[in-house]
Amino acid sequence: MYSEETINRFKNPRFGGEMKNPDAVGQVGNMKCGDVMKIFLKIKDNIIKDIRFQTFGCIAAIASSDAMCELAKGKTIEEAMKIKYSEILDKLGEIPKQKIHCSVLGTQALKKAIENYKKKQNKKENKQGG
Amino acid sequence: MQKEIVYLDNGASTKADPKVLEKMKPYFCEIYGNASSSHTFGQKSKQALENSRDIIAKSLNSKPEEIIFTSGGTESNNFALKSIAFSNKDKGNHIITTKIEHKSILNTCKWLEKQGFDITYLNVDKEGFVDPEELEKVITDKTILVSVIHGNNEIGTIQNIEELGKICKEKKVYFHTDACQSFTKTELNVKKQNIDLITINSHKIHGPKGVGALYIRKGTNIKAWQHGGEHEYSLRSGTENIPGIVGFAEAAKMGMNKKHMDKMTVLRDKLIKEIMTRIKNVKLNGPEGNKRLCNNVNLSFKGIEGEALGGYLDQYNICSSTGSACSEKSLEPSHVLKAIGLNNETANGSLRLTLSRFTTEDEIEYVMSVLPKIVNKLRRLSPF
Repeated sequence: MYSEETINRFKNPRFGGEMKNPDAVGQVGNMKCGDVMKIFLKIKDNIIKDIRFQTFGCIAAIASSDAMCELAKGKTIEEAMKIKYSEILDKLGEIPKQKIHCSVLGTQALKKAIENYKKKQNKKENKQGG
Repeated sequence: MQKEIVYLDNGASTKADPKVLEKMKPYFCEIYGNASSSHTFGQKSKQALENSRDIIAKSLNSKPEEIIFTSGGTESNNFALKSIAFSNKDKGNHIITTKIEHKSILNTCKWLEKQGFDITYLNVDKEGFVDPEELEKVITDKTILVSVIHGNNEIGTIQNIEELGKICKEKKVYFHTDACQSFTKTELNVKKQNIDLITINSHKIHGPKGVGALYIRKGTNIKAWQHGGEHEYSLRSGTENIPGIVGFAEAAKMGMNKKHMDKMTVLRDKLIKEIMTRIKNVKLNGPEGNKRLCNNVNLSFKGIEGEALGGYLDQYNICSSTGSACSEKSLEPSHVLKAIGLNNETANGSLRLTLSRFTTEDEIEYVMSVLPKIVNKLRRLSPF
């Protein structure tokens, strides 16, 4: 069974939908298991100013994407890299055991987006340096 | 929001008809004797058992002594496959089935493979049909049994059972069909369709859970699988579940009514048509028209995961099911949807709605009042 918190986030996610002109995007998952998660970031002064998700997946996948976004917003990118899936689970309350992998996917998507951001920054710096 | 449950998961199980329950009631506290007892009281149970057997036999155009009551579809499928395999292994060790069977067939076949039997899993076309010519080609002199699901539980495909049966008869190979979904929903006639063994059950046709039957053609070489007090013509021991069997027979009697089939067909087609006209990028899985089970709707919605869609419908008290990977313990999309050639995204985006004779037009309209907006909402959240 899902907790009320999980159902509410699934039905009315606060961070769902595409972001225009993001500073970075990260996508993880595969179609075979049926979960694909895409994270959009706006970053200023090393801080995640805004975050959005798009998820192809079940109730747990959508709800954990939303919880993960809430955890990441306002954090520095270093802090955000350290978000554990257990923190997402704590936020959601009860979800079925076989759905825990969905929350793991959430943290992976965020890390991927941050890594992409760093790559972009490095390229910019290199260009400026050159 | 609608308070009552809109139950569109009748492929999983059905509501017992209250009239069925009434027929069962005396067999708990009043006529509770053991049908094997010789006293008059026990013989009343025996009479109820044999009356029920007559009803089930008639529903398949078979003889009463060809009906063996079991605990349900899974037991009947296990009994048919394992017992035919071991009773006929001196003739051969080859069994043919399909890639779209219920797990009680597929997992039984996997087990039989470990016992030394060779299993051929037939392909199906994009609507889920077995090609009779392919069946004919793979039958060898080692083949002892062919088992093909009659009406598919996921996509509703009704096989051309008569033609497949004819081939098996010509080749002198036993022919079994799992008819759990099709029983009372399309014609089932052992003489016309050349079937040697049929699995049917009760809880898919508004009868109680925990009871089913296996039709076994007279003269079939099959031995007992469950041993004990030699009940059911010594083929399936265990004190008979009289209330369940009485309920099963009553449900079968009430279900054999063309009016019910016609009603479900109209509502099925209305639901399919409404969804496909009002929602874009939807694909019907399985065939159209009279080769589809009259109560089955299975659609894939582009960009949406089936369990999320079902989960949202659940919030509106609508019961459905899905073939998506997320709903499976294995985290793999449905083997049936893969067998008809769907890619992972389409298979994971499937939603099954299965009707019953109790389904109303109001319920279909209620579904249509919520489904389009749910699809829109989930599509906005989707990266595809």
